[in-house]
Amino acid sequence: MIHDFTYLRPGNVKEALAMLAEYHDSAKIICGGQSLLIIMRQGLVITEHLIDIKGLEELNYLSYDSRAGLKIGATTTHRTIEKSLLIKEKYPVLVAMEEKLASIQVRNWGTMGGNLAHADAAGDPAPVLIALNATVKVGSSAGERSVPLEDFYPGLFETVLSPDEMILEVLVPPPPAKSATAYHKFNLLESDQGIVAVAVSLSVNDAGICQNARIVLGNAAPVPIRARNTEKLLIGKKLNEKIFTKAGETAGEEADPVADIHASEDYRRHLISILTRRMTKEAWNQACQA
Amino acid sequence: MEKQLLRFYVNDQEYELFINPKTLLVEALRDHLGFAGTKRGCDTASCGVCTVMVNGMAVKGCSVLAVQVSGMHITTVEGLEKDGKLDPVQSAFLDEGAYQCGFCTSGMLMSARAFLNETPAPKDGMEIRRGIEGNLCRCTGYNSIVRAIDSVAQGKYREGV
Repeated sequence: MIHDFTYLRPGNVKEALAMLAEYHDSAKIICGGQSLLIIMRQGLVITEHLIDIKGLEELNYLSYDSRAGLKIGATTTHRTIEKSLLIKEKYPVLVAMEEKLASIQVRNWGTMGGNLAHADAAGDPAPVLIALNATVKVGSSAGERSVPLEDFYPGLFETVLSPDEMILEVLVPPPPAKSATAYHKFNLLESDQGIVAVAVSLSVNDAGICQNARIVLGNAAPVPIRARNTEKLLIGKKLNEKIFTKAGETAGEEADPVADIHASEDYRRHLISILTRRMTKEAWNQACQA
Repeated sequence: MEKQLLRFYVNDQEYELFINPKTLLVEALRDHLGFAGTKRGCDTASCGVCTVMVNGMAVKGCSVLAVQVSGMHITTVEGLEKDGKLDPVQSAFLDEGAYQCGFCTSGMLMSARAFLNETPAPKDGMEIRRGIEGNLCRCTGYNSIVRAIDSVAQGKYREGV
């Protein structure tokens, strides 16, 4: 049963930010609501005011240029991203991620900004976007600031957003030359959240050496985490099967997963090892061919 | 709580409701307007029985506030039939026996219709299965449903054929 709230529909971003400034933590933002309405119904979120930004066309956009990279407006739906030929060409991993995110109905209505703000460690976009070194632009009536997505989540279901701030845009830098990103989530039901997920982004230099690595583990800790020891293991090396296996083992060790109804802690570590090995190999092979 | 005026279209007919803003789209359709073809199932955006089309897109009516579809066009299962003629997906579901208990059928028909509108010529059965990924059926095992959608895609129900 959803508790009563006062419904507010701002006509533009400025109005939305003014409402947030006025109502502060007595207000929640709803966009697609594909996660929020479920937890409101479960009584986990009770809010006095609900500010509906779903209709803010100002934030519904995708744009790309080779210097700045990809900009995704906060109210852009998952389906728009999934169907974008531009994203398919420049960031195919984002399309692959979206195709496995929940179901078509959810992707038709749910938005990128909403997903990231919901801060579920099992969410699909965050690990991939962190691997791609994305930044989140947030705004309040006092101004805007940018936060690297990897610093956006201080704890379980928490973000660094102040009560008067909201997500405006996600910025994904242009992919470096000879680089690739691979993502895989493990789940039992096709349209379900991942039991664990791994995103690996690698770049290769002209000498065929791994120049940079960003490995992000999803649902492997209270927040999406970088597997930094694993990354260190790869950088400066020409990768091979032995290193892929070692990378998997290291990622399994540095994860901090919970045990729940879906999987034990040990099983999660095992899955993380396997997926890290496979995704590192996949990203490596793609980057070498790029 | 202040009630909200909602003006929207259901199956091409305009409606006006004065409702608590927490009313879900599925509740507005079923409880306020009597479109009981749309079912209410899991309430967690998992099962798909509440699927309706909003401006042509399949969405889950249990996970959208009714006030969010202000001004938009909703199609429910009641709106599939035109001038006393069943939609081809409805005819195909009948011919293939693509239901048993019937509880998933309305949502399944809406997903099937939205899928075929977007993808009139699916490559294979797998693509059809992905098109109905958000709808659970516990009776049929899905094969008859996939066959029904495929037969529509193959043109079996095209006018004049």
